[in-house]
Order: sequence, then structure tokens, then C-alpha cells
Amino acid sequence: MKTHVLFNLFATFLLADGLNIEVSVFDFSLQLQISHRFVFLILNFTRNVAPLLINTQLFTRFLSRISQDSAGQFFSSGHTNNWAVLVCTSRFWFNYRHVANTLSVYRSVKRLGIPDSHIVLMLADDMACNHRNPKPATVFSHKNMELNVYGDDVEVDYRGYEVTVENFLRVLTGRLPPSTPRSKRLLSDDRSNILIYLTGHGGNGFLKFQDSEEISNVELADAFEQMWQKRRYNELLFIIDTCQGASMYERFYSPNLMALASSQVGEDSLSHQPDLAIGVHLMDRYTFYLLEFLEDIHPASKANMNDLFKVCPKSQCVSTPGHRTDLFLRDPGSVLITDFFGSVRKVEITTEAIDLTDPIKEVEERYMHSYVDQLPVSEIIHQKPKQKDWHPPDGFILGLWTLILLVFFQTYGVKHLRHIF
Amino acid sequence: MAAHRCCFPVWLFILCSFSLFIIAGSQETTVAPEQHASVLDNPQTAAETAEQTAGESGGVEERRWEGTEVRDAAAQKQAEPAVLQPTPQPKDDFQEELVVRPLHSGDIYASFQFRTLWETDFMRGNKVSHYRLFPKSLGQVISKFSVRELHISFTQGYWRTMQWGQPYLPSPPGAELWVWFQDSVTDVDATWKELTNVLSGIFCASLNFIDSTNTVQPSASFKPLGIGNVTDHRFLRYATLPREIVCTENLTPWKKLLPCGSKAGLAVLLKSEKLFHSSFHSQAVHIRPVCQDWQCKTTSWELRQTLNVVFDLHNSGQGKREWSLFKMFSRTLTEACPLASSSKIYIDITDNPEGEQFELSPATSLLSQAMVLGDRRTFSVYDLTQQDTFGSVRSLNLLIRWKSTEGDMLRPLLHAERYVAGYGLQTGEIHTLMYNHHPYRSFPVLLLDSVPWYLRLYIHTLTVTSKGKDNKPSYIHYQPSKDRVRPHLLEMLVQLPPNSVTEVTVQFERALLKWTEYTPDPNHGFYVGSSVISSLVPSTVAMDTNSTRERPLFSSFFPCKEESSYFVRVYTEPLLVNLPTPDFSMPYNVICLTCTVVAVGYGSLYNLLTRSFQIEEPSPGLAKRIANVIRKMRGFPGTMG
Repeated sequence: MKTHVLFNLFATFLLADGLNIEVSVFDFSLQLQISHRFVFLILNFTRNVAPLLINTQLFTRFLSRISQDSAGQFFSSGHTNNWAVLVCTSRFWFNYRHVANTLSVYRSVKRLGIPDSHIVLMLADDMACNHRNPKPATVFSHKNMELNVYGDDVEVDYRGYEVTVENFLRVLTGRLPPSTPRSKRLLSDDRSNILIYLTGHGGNGFLKFQDSEEISNVELADAFEQMWQKRRYNELLFIIDTCQGASMYERFYSPNLMALASSQVGEDSLSHQPDLAIGVHLMDRYTFYLLEFLEDIHPASKANMNDLFKVCPKSQCVSTPGHRTDLFLRDPGSVLITDFFGSVRKVEITTEAIDLTDPIKEVEERYMHSYVDQLPVSEIIHQKPKQKDWHPPDGFILGLWTLILLVFFQTYGVKHLRHIF
Repeated sequence: MAAHRCCFPVWLFILCSFSLFIIAGSQETTVAPEQHASVLDNPQTAAETAEQTAGESGGVEERRWEGTEVRDAAAQKQAEPAVLQPTPQPKDDFQEELVVRPLHSGDIYASFQFRTLWETDFMRGNKVSHYRLFPKSLGQVISKFSVRELHISFTQGYWRTMQWGQPYLPSPPGAELWVWFQDSVTDVDATWKELTNVLSGIFCASLNFIDSTNTVQPSASFKPLGIGNVTDHRFLRYATLPREIVCTENLTPWKKLLPCGSKAGLAVLLKSEKLFHSSFHSQAVHIRPVCQDWQCKTTSWELRQTLNVVFDLHNSGQGKREWSLFKMFSRTLTEACPLASSSKIYIDITDNPEGEQFELSPATSLLSQAMVLGDRRTFSVYDLTQQDTFGSVRSLNLLIRWKSTEGDMLRPLLHAERYVAGYGLQTGEIHTLMYNHHPYRSFPVLLLDSVPWYLRLYIHTLTVTSKGKDNKPSYIHYQPSKDRVRPHLLEMLVQLPPNSVTEVTVQFERALLKWTEYTPDPNHGFYVGSSVISSLVPSTVAMDTNSTRERPLFSSFFPCKEESSYFVRVYTEPLLVNLPTPDFSMPYNVICLTCTVVAVGYGSLYNLLTRSFQIEEPSPGLAKRIANVIRKMRGFPGTMG
């Protein structure tokens, strides 16, 4: 006997995480399947609440109790939050396609439920408002101009000159200056699933940033190891769309990493969709088919990683996409796409009443205020020059005085002093 | 006795010379109060108040003039608590406003203003925890960093003053940020650095590039716009990023600060595809303390969010001069923001009193007059809080159809431009031109120039000329730059003679950067921020000096102290300067490396092979050599072995 209950709750939460306010209308569908006294809880949040409210420990205990009852594959991944770092490393208009690549992945993960506060988006150049763009504030992924991947509510965290190898590695490893705002940080923990997507121009063992510096595959592998040792991720999915992309994951050695690349060593990744209106290619082949694949994914879909590995076969991509799963502990067939591209949030509901109305005290200051003159001409002209500190007289003045005294005594002698005083 | 008489002039001479040195030592900058503010004591004769005129003409025509806005607002406040507010006294207030000004060039200037007023105190360790209309992110910034005033603007495009007139709120291309801190802040520079980082996160902008190399402390150009008496410029920081791009990612967080978001009210019109498809786009946030009431005994915090945009509808509409809200924003209005106490659209119809220039539909009977930028303007007003504004179709789509294309714009009295002259990559010259178009009155302007350190200004070449004659500034403040630490700051108070062009020139030398300091695209060039020109321009009508009276938002930003002139700020173009740039390309580097290897390898081998070796005499010691020199000087022949 099965009862299938579907709840759709809509609520507006005003949450402050640090200085970042997010008003999110979140829609969480709670599916209760009661079958033979086993309770299956599937929580799918297309929007989330900030991790501040989540008591991870409590819920994990609750979770383990349920999963004992064979709650199924939904909790087997063991992560409690999702993060995404999406990087376009190329500058200049002719690299339009790399920005479109990154934005299409951004669009997909946002659509599947990762909020802007959990996405670190790095774009090395501004294509949407570039003067060469005939339709400003748009970036298209297809010639038919149906899908504006830039959207109307994009939030770019690192842009322009900020996209450097140093900043990228600092975001990954969390070694940022203390005054860095939360939106520019990867605040993940050991229960986070992280998606890292890179695109740009690369070669065998390196990826160029902004046409002026490179990151090597060894540096990248060491950064992931540092992340692992700092317990900054639970599982990590690495996707790179660049020439000879497979060379970038060759050196990885940290556990729980899964990696995908658009091309093998010695192969070029090719572009797709030349557009005559803007004069450049719109997207790269691999990401184009990846976007096509992700558009069919919805928060509850059961597609797994093996489906992702089949994206863009050589007949479509021209290059051979590669993947690496030997560092990953789970079977890719049991890993859902939404484990990385979607977002799962658990909430704990409290019944305690919290009194928010703190009486605001009246301030007893009642003097007359006034506005300041914007251009007080006479005040500016007559403002006193800064008083200079006293300093001992310099050589010239001392010499002059000596000369004057010398001439005086040479002329009159000491005996005339009494006439003066 | 002769000697006795003689010594008096000698002492006089000594005293005089002594005092001369004292003066020479203490003088720092030239402060010459000769061109005293002659402008200030010459009030304009036109002293008619706005209310009088409004009353007279209102009697003649059958159109209904909008009364004092105070009554209007008060009536709404009475009605509001019954419907919306269970609490008796809402201490915050939200107003929204859209001003549309048809420009004579055929463009349309639309200016959005959203104002949130909140009677609260962020200072004195007061924990403000309950936010209603005021955005919490900005409230926390104010209290954490002890900000007294914050002004930030993001602008794409350059405001063409000669074609479009003065904007309601000026802003330079790129990003501009200026902040007044409370005098309780001890380390202003560190607070400023942290504040820019936090703001860069809030507005998705690269404001974290603001550091000491592009921050200045203007001594006179920027005064607090809110209430307060402290004008010590140690608590002021000003910075611009002329290269900052403005796009949807900046608009998104800006819209999130609004109480209604972009869900209701005027903000539904803010669609990025349309807003950025324009000739000029500027969005700004201004936070300042203002008077609560006319007595000005209590203060409240004002958050003013403005968005100015100029649409080039004439060109994009195949030369047809016709526009509507739908054409501009691809939306129409259906409701006011329910949280707003006032929600209005103003259409500037000053040039169209009888409807001969253009036709406005749907027609409105509500008119309003406002003193703005030294001129009296007439506006058609659409009140969105009234249901009948939307008519039977429940949506408002304003439409203007132009009948004639002629029409003359009132030439702005002040405008400025700037360019770089010279050739080559070593030196150059910055020219700043300031135009006074007033036929018979001169007025003072305060010019602020902040030039990055890699342009080394030759300040001795600074000249200020107007009408072919040297125009001596009555105040100069100059702070030289330090390499990689701080920029040049030059402030000058200049009197612009009537109907003249004043030219300020200064030469500079381009510095060589270290190779890591070049941007990834160094051949694009390096930007120099806009000059800021603050001025008191004589107005044609008497300005409203009562700063606490209720007025339309667009006319109440700069406080006005006197009737005969109004304050205006003008920004020049930013400069794009090429610096000597090495060739960073790979072939060049390969050639360099190869040549070095060849030169070192081949050169040393060649040297070794062609050198002839011979045995050298051992040289005598140092002491002996000195002794030899001394002996030679004393005249002894011969040297010591």
C-alpha cells in the first residue's frame, strides 16, 4: 500500500548571511512515500536557505536513522550543500564563445537550484555589454537567439582583470584577504559537492588566463589536494572545455574527484555555431551539447553520470571527450547529475518563538541640523593654510646673521653696545 | 653721536629681514583672496515664488495644478495606516518617481528615483536589527563602517551636456565612489579599504581595485550633501574607476535593494535588455542623513536610488519621433509599489505648453511646477496610486507623438571638455576647457583633477587662460603623487568670465611601468578619471532655498543656499592614454632570449679566442701609492719602489 503525498510549499524568507541579503521565494516539494512503515523523504529544493539555518549535525543523525531503513540512493551521496565555481579565462571579443560556455553552465546550475550565493562566477571579459554586441545585455547560445544565457538576474562575482590565476587558486583554497565579501568566497565544507567548470585556451598541461598567464595541471592538482586536506569538499566534479583538456586532469591525486574534459591530449576542442550577426562563434561544441543535455534535466530527474559521459560523442564533437573516475569512490552509475548541478538543502524547523521586537530607544538629541554649503567660495579662499611645524633655521639664515653681527662689531666694536641697551 | 643715530636703521633692517624669512617659511600654497566672490552679492531680480505663478496661471486655464505636495502626502498618510499598516507610526517611508524629459536631439531622457526614508540611528553602538523598507545590507554597512554619507554610481556612456542639457544627477563614466566617514573613525584608510571590498561584493563590481593609488581626499570639491557641520576633509575619500563596465550584474543587486524589488511599481520597467540598449545608462545609490521635518530637529537616513537612461529612439525608430513606455521599456505599468507612499510619473512639458510640439496621451489634468537646475519647468503628473490613472484597460502606456521637429534647447550655462594633446610616448599635455555661456555674468568653478601616478605632471607648466589672458586661480591645492602610492590631486578655484572659454593646460611625462604592472591588454591604454567641476551657476529664476519643503525627488538633491544661483557638478570625459608598452608577444620574447644566448655564448668565446695574454707587473700597495702622491705633492722627485 502506497500513499503518495506531494506538498508544494512556497514561502518567502528574508535571510541575512553576513552582508548578503537574499530574498528567495523557495519552492520545496516534499514527497512522502509511506510504504510498509518505511519513510522515504525526498527533499528537493529548487531554491535554498542559507547554510546558517541548517543544523547539519542534527540532520545527519536524523538522516542516518532513515538511511538505515534503506532510504535509497537519495542520501547515499552524503552531501548537504552544493557549490559551483564557473570560470571563463579568456578576454577579447573573439572569445565570445568561452563566456557563452560559462554562462550556459551557470544558467543550468541556477535553474537546477544552486543559488547565486553558492555560485562563484568568474568572467574575464564583458561580452554582454560589449560595444560590439548588437543586442546589449544578452549572450546567446544559439543562432536562433531563443536562449539568452545571460538572463536578467545574473551576478558575476569576479570580472575583468580580477580573473587571475592567483584569485582562482585563492577562491579554491579559501586563502583570501579577510575583507573579501561572502559572494566572492567558496564557503564550502566537508559535506559540500563542488562543481568546477573551466573554459578558455589551453595546451598540453596548462590553461591560459587572460592571454597573459597560465595555470598548470600540477598547480591545479595541488590546489585540489589542499582543498581535500582542508576538508573543503565532499565530492568534486571537474569539467574543462579547452584544447587538450584531458591533460589538465592527468595529475590529479586527491580522492573523490571526478573529471571530464572536452578533448584528449593532442586534440583541439572545436567551436560551434558561427553567427554572422556578431561575427564570431557562439559556443564550443562540447559545452553546446552539454547544455543541450542539461536542459532536459530537472530537479527530480534520475539521470546519472554515465549519461553525462555519453554527451557529445566524437561524431558531434570532432574531438574525443574524456573522463576520469578512478579517484572517485562511488560508482558513477549511482551518482545523479543533480548531485553536482542541482542543490539539496535540508532544513530544521523550530517551534520556539523568537521575539524580534527589540524596543528601539528614543534618542534624546534635539538640536538644529542644517545642510552644508556646497561651494563656499569665500570659505575656500580664506581658509587658513596649514600651520607649519617649527624647524631650526637653516645654514643660509645663520650665515646671514653671523655676517650682520660681524659687520656690526667690526664697525662699532663692543664698547658702543651701551649706547644701544 | 653719529654712531648712536646710525644704529637705529641697522636694527630696523635686521627686524625686517627676520620677518621676511618667517613669512617665506610659513607660506605653503598660494592663497590670494583678490578675486573675491563678486558673484555672490549680485542677486537676480526675478524673485517670484513658484506658488504665486502656479496660482495665477492655474486660474486662467482649466487645468488643475498640483497643490502643495505636503497636503497630498499627508492625505495619503492618513489613508494608509487603515489599509496597510497595523502599527500606528511607520517610521520609514518609500517614494518612487519617474521623470521623462524629451530631448531636443530626439532622444528621451528617463530618470528613475526611489527614496527610502527611515528615522533611525545607526550610530553610537545602536544595534539596529529590525529592517522594513531600508535594505539591511546597506544598513549594516553604515553601522559597521561608521559611514556618514555614501555616494556610489555606475555609468556606461558619457553625458553629452551640449546636446542634452544638464542631467538631474551627474555622474562620470565608469564607477565613482565617495564617502564621508563619522569623525569617530580612527583609521580612515583601513576602513575605506574594507568598505570598498564589501561594496564590491554587494554591487558585483570591481570596486576592490580602489586602493591608495586612485583614492584622493579633496580639500574643497566635495561637501557633505546631508545635514551636518563637520567638513574636515580627513574623513572624506573619493575614487573613480573610469574603466568599470556596467551591465546586468550591477543592475541585479541594485534592484534587490528596492522594497518591491522589480516585482511591482515603477521598477517593473527596469529590464536590462532595454536599459543597456541606450546611449547613456547610469545607476547610483546615495545614502545621507536628512532632516525629518521642517524644523530639522530630528534626522532620518535617506537612501536614494537613481537610474538615468537616455534612449536613442529617434534613430532606432526609423526617424519617426514617437515613443511610449512600451517602446522604451517593453513593459507597461499596471500598479504602484504597494509599499510606496507616493508613486508618480512626471513628463516635462515646459516646451510644449499648448500642445504644439508633441501630443501626450493619455492626457492628464494634473500639472506641477518645479525649480530644477536654475529653471522653472512644468510637468504633467501621473499619480500611480490613483486607480483612475490606469483607465479602463488597467494599464498605463504613456505615448508621445511629436508634431514638429524644430525647437530650441536652452544652452547649458556651463560645460566642460578635456583631451590629451602631444605626440609620442614620452610627454603629453592635458587640456581642460571650461565654457561659460552666460552673456554677462561670471561665476566661480572649482576644478578637481586626480591623475594617476604614471602620468608625472609638470606642475610648473600649469596655465589657466581665459580670453587670451592669464586667469589666476584664487585657490590652488596641489598634492604631488608618489610612485605606486598615491595619485596627483589638483584643485583650483577659478572665476569664469562671462561668455568665455577658460583653458587649463598642464604637461606630463609618461612613466615606465614594471612588467608585472601592465594589464592583460596593455595596448588598450590606461584611463585617467574625469575631472570634476563644481560650480555655482547663476539661475534665471529664483531658486527654492527651503531645503526641507516637500518637492519632487529629482529637484531636491543638492541643497540650495541662495536664490540667485544653484549648485551644479559637471564631469569631463575620462582620458585614454597610451603608455610605452613592451611587446609581450611570444615571437618577440623568443627572439630576445635567443639573441641573449647567442650574445653571451658567442661573445665570450670570441673574446677568449681573440685576446692576447701577457704577464702584468704586480702593483704596489695602497699605502705606498698614497705616500707616493704625497711625496709628489711635496716636491720630492721619484717614487718609492
